[in-house]
Amino acid sequence: MLAEFLQKLRLGVGSLMLHKLRSALAVLGILIGVTAVIWLVAMGEGVSYQAQQQIKDLGATNIIVRSVKPPQESTRTGGTLFIPYGLLREDYSRIISNVPTIRQAVPMREISREVRNLDHVLDAKLVGCTPEYLELNHLHMARGRFLMEEDVNRCENFAVLGHKTAEILFPYEDPIGETVQIGSDFYVVIGETAERTASAAIGGSLEAREYDTDVYIPLSTLRWRIGDMVLTSRSGSIEGEVVELSQITVMVEELGEVDPTAEVIRGLLQKFHKNVDYAVVIPKELLRQAEMLRTLFNVLLVLIAGISLLVGGIGIMNIMLATVTERTREIGIRRALGATRGDIIQQFLTETIVLSGMGGLLGVLGGFLCHPAVAVARRGMARVFPEMMASLPMNIKNIEPRIAPWSIVVALAISVAVGVLFGLYPARRAAYMDPIEALRHE
Amino acid sequence: MNETAAAATLSDRKIVARVVDLTKVYHLGNNVSVDALRGVSIDFYQGDFVAIMGASGSGKSTLLNLLGCLDHPTSGQYVLGGNDVSRLDDEALSGIRSRYIGFIFQSYNLIPQLKVVENIQVPLSYQRRPIADARQRAIRLARLVGLGDRLHHRPTELSGGQQQRVAIARSIVNNPHIILADEPTGNLDSATGGEIMDLLAALNRAGRTIIMVTHEAEVAARAQRIVRLRDGLVEEVFENRPVTVE
Repeated sequence: MLAEFLQKLRLGVGSLMLHKLRSALAVLGILIGVTAVIWLVAMGEGVSYQAQQQIKDLGATNIIVRSVKPPQESTRTGGTLFIPYGLLREDYSRIISNVPTIRQAVPMREISREVRNLDHVLDAKLVGCTPEYLELNHLHMARGRFLMEEDVNRCENFAVLGHKTAEILFPYEDPIGETVQIGSDFYVVIGETAERTASAAIGGSLEAREYDTDVYIPLSTLRWRIGDMVLTSRSGSIEGEVVELSQITVMVEELGEVDPTAEVIRGLLQKFHKNVDYAVVIPKELLRQAEMLRTLFNVLLVLIAGISLLVGGIGIMNIMLATVTERTREIGIRRALGATRGDIIQQFLTETIVLSGMGGLLGVLGGFLCHPAVAVARRGMARVFPEMMASLPMNIKNIEPRIAPWSIVVALAISVAVGVLFGLYPARRAAYMDPIEALRHE
Repeated sequence: MNETAAAATLSDRKIVARVVDLTKVYHLGNNVSVDALRGVSIDFYQGDFVAIMGASGSGKSTLLNLLGCLDHPTSGQYVLGGNDVSRLDDEALSGIRSRYIGFIFQSYNLIPQLKVVENIQVPLSYQRRPIADARQRAIRLARLVGLGDRLHHRPTELSGGQQQRVAIARSIVNNPHIILADEPTGNLDSATGGEIMDLLAALNRAGRTIIMVTHEAEVAARAQRIVRLRDGLVEEVFENRPVTVE
């Protein structure tokens, strides 16, 4: 049985070797198709994996309530220069006192500020927060300690530096115990956080967040020293914003409590805010959406790659039809010598499956080259179009393809199926020739 | 020549193939049809060597195709090895061809990508039962036709005479009831053609039944009997020489 099969296979390969270039081109068509399936799916998986990691970093049991600046017109009505919007400290106390499912809630306030150590200057993000911030954002300490309850209560002038902040402000020395200047105030550095990759933006509701250029100070200190009002001068005029809290991060005990808790918070905020100057973001929801998007994306990619396989299949069919015409005489001989129609179909089908199967296998090998290919492409792009590369969003610049095992199986299966599908017609055409006519064929 | 004696000797022998009142009509469309055979009856005996002659259009190719189970007769009967095969379907006919019929063609018709020994084996590969010593048998037959030293050559590397020898070896590899030869020397010079006819005659002496289509009287003279066709009918059957039973 096996020997018979091998014999047929050998015969098929032998016939294909008669036209090496032609066979190689047919194989190439399938090879490209299969490689395309694997590469595209790997890219898609890479992007969605990145997004999922980022969403997971936000915490699946978290609910993020953010202040959102409402459109200009609606706030300008009073003629005031100061635009008050966003979450209030009252909102925070209302939330923690009214929602029993909350395990932790961290209020925070962010402002861009120039941070200085002697002549080292950095535009950093000043974050006023409470001790829980560390755990909630999966941050770790590189050295020193994070803010503590006491620091907040006493409005201490303590600062914890992000990794990059520390590197820039204190390139040669240990920052712990040193002081940094923010505005006209001085803060004692008590700790430095470990490096943490930035989280990317998710939709419009949450912007990208880079943690490494942060400076953390107690929330109470920020209120005391800087206040709620922020002045920005824009094209000659000065604008003021009054924001009490930029964000409240709420953490619940269990995954199932996320949605109802978010509902309660929404209802609570609705009652006290005339304008919708806040947004409730649920990372878990985003995760679900991302997963849905991934499935959609994969289907789309497989479809696109499927089209290239289809083209490859048509190439194979074309070549097999030419082969059948060319070998009409051989078909006649074989029929005269006792080959049934089934035997002829089998013979030509074996050849197409050898072609497409070989294309499939080589395509899988090509698929494994996805990683190096992306790396080379990235390096090449950076050299030839440096500006364009720099302007690309982070998650495209840092894309890491992840080869999905299922895509290999699917690609191989499709390639063999293509062989059978597109081989059947030429093979049948060969089998249903009149043997007498075929023998007479020149 | 004593015709009755010859007939008596022949009728004692086993009939391997018999066609009875065989007709074949080709429909060419537009209600035009051609009567290629109009009622042919011939018996072929075990160990027979028959030459079928006739002008072109006499129906000899049609008869050969029917005898080779490559085509269905319009009417009439074809009994091969005791079985009526005139109404079998394509698949069954393929089986008959692989087991009971050997073909020799004017243009040799070897498969170009196969080696000599593989070409000889082809009919065996289409028999449904596995044949253990197929390769040994092919090698033995290659030696028999004088190509023992050309086993791994491809047809393009052989001369016309050598190719026809391979075809002859291939035609007997399945121990057929009848060997059908269609102008076996048509593409060869007379010297090589003579060698091929010697080989066929030797096979016939060894008991093989050979039915040969030819238009060369010289070639036909090597056969025991000559069947002359004209306009789709048997014109005459001519006994070439007294049939000797071996």
